[in-house]
Amino acid sequence: MSKKMSGASSLVQSLESAGVDVMFGLPGGAILPAYDPIFDSKIRHILVRHEQGAGHAATGYAQVTGRVGVCIATSGPGATNLVTPLADAAMDSVPLVAITGQVPSVAIGTDAFQEADIRGITMPFTKHNYLITDPKDIPRAIAEAFYIAGSGRPGPVLVDIAKDALQKETDFVYPKELSLPGYHPQLEPENQFIKDAAALIAQSSKPVFYVGGGVIKSNASKELMQLAELVGAPVVTTLMALGSFPDSHPQHLGMPGMHGTVAAVTSLQKADLLITLGARFDDRVTGKLSTFAVNAKVIHADIDPAEIGKNRFADVPIVGDLKRTIAALIPAVKAEFAKNKADLTPWIASMNKLRATYPLGYELPKDGSLSPQYVIERISALTGPEGIYVAGVGQHQMWASQFVKYENPRTWLNSGGLGTMGYAVPAAMGAKVGAPDATVWAIDGDGCFQMTNQELVTCALNNIPIKVAIINNESLGMVRQWQTLFYEGRYSNTSLDSKRVPDFVKLAEAMGCVGLSCERPEDVDAIIKQANAINDQPVVVDFRVFRDAMVWPMVAAGTSNDDIMIARELAPDWDSQEL
Amino acid sequence: MSTHTLSVLVENSPGVLARVAGLFSRRAYNIDSLAVGPTENPDISRMTIVINVESHSLEQVIRQLDKLVNVIHIAELKLDESVQAELLLVKISATSKNRFDVDAVLETYSASIVDEGADYMTIEATGDAAKISDLLNALERFGIRELAQSGLVAIERGSGSLADRTLSTQSIPTADSGQADYQN
Repeated sequence: MSKKMSGASSLVQSLESAGVDVMFGLPGGAILPAYDPIFDSKIRHILVRHEQGAGHAATGYAQVTGRVGVCIATSGPGATNLVTPLADAAMDSVPLVAITGQVPSVAIGTDAFQEADIRGITMPFTKHNYLITDPKDIPRAIAEAFYIAGSGRPGPVLVDIAKDALQKETDFVYPKELSLPGYHPQLEPENQFIKDAAALIAQSSKPVFYVGGGVIKSNASKELMQLAELVGAPVVTTLMALGSFPDSHPQHLGMPGMHGTVAAVTSLQKADLLITLGARFDDRVTGKLSTFAVNAKVIHADIDPAEIGKNRFADVPIVGDLKRTIAALIPAVKAEFAKNKADLTPWIASMNKLRATYPLGYELPKDGSLSPQYVIERISALTGPEGIYVAGVGQHQMWASQFVKYENPRTWLNSGGLGTMGYAVPAAMGAKVGAPDATVWAIDGDGCFQMTNQELVTCALNNIPIKVAIINNESLGMVRQWQTLFYEGRYSNTSLDSKRVPDFVKLAEAMGCVGLSCERPEDVDAIIKQANAINDQPVVVDFRVFRDAMVWPMVAAGTSNDDIMIARELAPDWDSQEL
Repeated sequence: MSTHTLSVLVENSPGVLARVAGLFSRRAYNIDSLAVGPTENPDISRMTIVINVESHSLEQVIRQLDKLVNVIHIAELKLDESVQAELLLVKISATSKNRFDVDAVLETYSASIVDEGADYMTIEATGDAAKISDLLNALERFGIRELAQSGLVAIERGSGSLADRTLSTQSIPTADSGQADYQN
């Protein structure tokens, strides 16, 4: 059945047919025809204050719900403001559909007002993209965009639509089926590789589960728990995987990587087998690649065949959806264990000893000022593992990864791959829209906060009561840490003076939020409780913290994981460890 | 470094060349030549890409290419299993004095004259890279004024076709798309 309508109505009906319930956007000339039918649509449209906010909000929504996030903007600058969130979503495999208006098709290529080749610009970091100039192509493009964004390895898809295609009349028919001859994600793992993997697992005496964000994307936490407990091996969860396996579980060694725990980093280095599930051997995890886990064989399971062997050779490659892969591994491993199983006792004991000897910790500032790690630890303790935590990028992000206790998937959002400062406030907004009953804390830095805080206006006006903890060390803290360590303390352009300007409390109040401030350790709990009790307004707390706190442990960029430092010029005492 | 010839079937859609070229550029793969043209199916074009890679990353190149939604199929065409040719058009200086010598060269390489004047000749030749390079060497002494060369095109030996083996008509019901959970 086809119906006559404008391309714009066809777009909105297509979005409804695709199951969209909310989108984040900001209108402008080229997309304006679409905003007329949006006015009548059942889809909730949240009017942001900057298109970058729309993109990150769609990401936050997608990360907590597992659904495809949607953002919409106009041509030219509206579209280019989406570039950062699209690149961010591509790096972290977030399913997004971005709709942009384009100048009328006759004006394309003429440097028309607000023209930008957004399809060309976004080719490198979208999973796929479209430029639509004929209204009859709109429903199919939208249907394909949602399918491509959400299936296989999720990612962003952009649909750029010329203004005249939105204005012209067309027949609306939502396609019943799609034909994508070049796109067939492989979901089912190959049986032979499952068997090979199970055999390696049974033989290994030093196995480690190296768990990445793919486990969260494929909702495979339950299966992971079963497999991990069956094998009994230590588990490390990467920055993108926090919450996929409970921090409190006795097999959990923490996060590997540049600021990972000594136990997690060392377990990978000393392992004889990495059971890699939805992780991608990122440089922040491997350190200097040639010295990474040199004695380990590698089982690499991922839905993206291009990740297999990209950075590290895989002895057993398994392409498929992780939920199915792990589910298939469980009986295969059981069958192998019936025949033989290596003794893991010494390995587990040595890793447990490392974990006990080198727990995550921090020194309280000697001057009695507020410790940033303490603030984050208390937010976690007083909010609990059902809360959702969203970080920006930098020191506060690493502390939030270290000192919040994660027990559940989809409760930790951050910009892992692209490292986008300014991610937290808009992503928290999207997260709260996706999970309105959860307490959502943006743990942000004073630098990050000043990039995207205008979305608090959006939150205040649309009843999206997020909470923001500004970890205010009046610096670009991580950059300053590197200057301390690698540039002889020459603090070139990292001082923000944000304890003087701006006044974050007044800024929060001006944006319709509750503004609070805290600089004494003894006030922290009361203020967090006060913030947690407010549910009808966004809350911003300016935690004015010790400036010189540093993130430890640390593997300096480009060095080996074997050279992990637990504090400045302090390596673990390897001689006392039997590894 | 080693050279490989990839035959890539792509959807005949706008921007597909930019997607492929952009992928090679951003992943720092070395490309020797790229030729695009229509196939027996109007919806599909064939790209013949000659790349220079370390052998371990050929797989990576193929897998990354395969991630492009408009790329339907990729096959490596080995020298002994395919027919490979490029086209050369070369303008040389030719006078009445050296025409006989030029004709002798052209005969050796089955090349032909497609345009000529009092002091020049434009020669067309096809063949594999070695033949084209030998021909150019042989013509050098006459003075090469200008040359234009196509990228390599190649096709599998034997009666089969890539398209027959790879084109699936599998369709995806949209009832399962939209906001459904595709993976479980």
